[in-house]
Amino acid sequence: MNHSPDEMGELRAPADAAHERHPSTPYVPVFAGGRKAELEELMTRYPTKMATLLPALWMVQEDRGWVSSEAMVEVAALLELTPAYVKGVVTFYTMYHQHPVAKYFIQVCTTSPCNVCGAEDVVKALLRHTGCEDLGVTSADGRYAVIEVECLGACGFNTPLMINDKFIESVTPKTVPELLASLD
Amino acid sequence: MGFPHTPHARETLVLSKYFGDQEAIGLAGWRQRGGYAALEKALQMEPAAIVQIVKDSGLRGRGGAGFPTGIKWSFMKPGDGKPHYLCCNADESEPGTFKDREIMRWTPHSLVEGCAIGAYAIGAEVAYVYIRGEYTEALDKMNAACKEAYAAGILGPNAMGTGKTVHVYVHKGAGAYICGEETALMNSLEGRRGNPRIKPPFPAVAGLFGQPTTINNVETLVAVPHILNNGADWYKKFGRPDNPKSTGTKLFSVCGNIARPGNYEVTLGFPFKEFLYDLCGGPLPGRKFRAIIPGGISVPIQTLEEAENSPMDYEGFVANGTMLGSGGVIVIDDAQNLVKQIARAARFFAHESCAQCTQCREGTAWTTKILERIVAGDGTHEDLDTLLSIANNMTGTTICVLSDSCATPVVSGLTKFRGDFEALIKRKKVHMVPVQVA
Repeated sequence: MNHSPDEMGELRAPADAAHERHPSTPYVPVFAGGRKAELEELMTRYPTKMATLLPALWMVQEDRGWVSSEAMVEVAALLELTPAYVKGVVTFYTMYHQHPVAKYFIQVCTTSPCNVCGAEDVVKALLRHTGCEDLGVTSADGRYAVIEVECLGACGFNTPLMINDKFIESVTPKTVPELLASLD
Repeated sequence: MGFPHTPHARETLVLSKYFGDQEAIGLAGWRQRGGYAALEKALQMEPAAIVQIVKDSGLRGRGGAGFPTGIKWSFMKPGDGKPHYLCCNADESEPGTFKDREIMRWTPHSLVEGCAIGAYAIGAEVAYVYIRGEYTEALDKMNAACKEAYAAGILGPNAMGTGKTVHVYVHKGAGAYICGEETALMNSLEGRRGNPRIKPPFPAVAGLFGQPTTINNVETLVAVPHILNNGADWYKKFGRPDNPKSTGTKLFSVCGNIARPGNYEVTLGFPFKEFLYDLCGGPLPGRKFRAIIPGGISVPIQTLEEAENSPMDYEGFVANGTMLGSGGVIVIDDAQNLVKQIARAARFFAHESCAQCTQCREGTAWTTKILERIVAGDGTHEDLDTLLSIANNMTGTTICVLSDSCATPVVSGLTKFRGDFEALIKRKKVHMVPVQVA
């Protein structure tokens, strides 16, 4: 989409390439057994195979935590698409991770309705209590990463945030330590 | 308002009657509350008769544009030999709006029922509910509701034992505001990047998978069972007597600097002033309302005086310089830096632009840069003219209206609150370059 990572506080890629698979270990496909059957069931819902691309990418991310280039190649072959096309779709949507993320990936809404109610203070409190250096930078222990996100659609419950798949409403700077402590 | 507060006596609870009621979420509880009676009735009727009732009721689209729903449905030609599709737009991402979320969270079966009736009325066998990826709770509830409805034989190839086919499928989005635009939503559902399409062809001619398609908002579809159960005349009674063009009840999401934020359901035409002070409890202690955006961040900002004179319906807001939009009321009080909030809104649009049209891709980014520079105290008076010039180039020149939506808060903000911008600029002197006269 229309932004550069440094300007918008997107999640930054890890500095090393340790998350890339070593050539000597084989790639384990996501769509084998149960997942394959699940995808085939989904295909009956749509007139084209391509329509299952977003759901297929979601399955990859649920199982692996992120969408690797190899997973894109696997999905492309299953849906009769090119890997380049799949990558084009992955990069359009902000919720697909193109590299591994912290154990607790925290997305805080700071769009105008939350902003007028003090969302920026919640971001500051989160950065302070997680030990993250900056927005989008994973903490040294690999546990936390905090980013600002555009409107989560819960404007009456300031400040809403997401931790991985969990949606949490009405967070204030005061409740941040308690919230972080409840994660483990 | 149902949830999280108890309803106010002046609300009219139709769609939000069971918000906060845990038992209404499951199928058994929903049936006890009269659920699926309208679908049962609808499946015995001719599709054209359903379209006629919805037309007569005066129901208009609740997603933002306010197009009459019955007329939209009548664009779908029966017997054309093509598969028809219904899309339910549950990609609610307009800042300030959180009504569809509560509908899906508390009454998921009402949406399944609304989708099933809508699909049958337009000759479609399949309805897709496109829910934004961030709404994890709504997704869980909707998936569970569909599963229950299939298991009970309400959906499927023999819906409610009538031999008619009705499928409702949930489709999860992946984080893109632009997918709330109808043609972008269709592209996304097809497995493409969410770029809006050029119209015409309109969705009713060539929409999802190139076939005739109707796309409706969540709130529009959940109103349909009530209209079928109680009749068009019952629905038409809700509204201002002097304005027959806006009928029914509407959920308004209220947020920002206000005493009691939340979802409120009132009849269209309700006085906005009483709504703000009586239902929502007025400003926070010691503060005053300053600017009000009544229909999600894409509609023009109102001054308090304009807002206090507006009846809450499609025509009432237009007469007072703004739009009903999605019904997301954002209230900003006198403790806020208004220019900063307009800059934040512009940043939202810059982030969410799909970047296929030049005016939008460049316009949203430069508008954000200039506004943020003004907020930082580095603005010049020329910047204000530049902003208006950019906004002019961004309006009515692109495939979809995201570009126009970014220009709207800038132009309305600059027109109505110019002093706020100038106060930030006065702090810095404009650097004059001496002109050499030969």
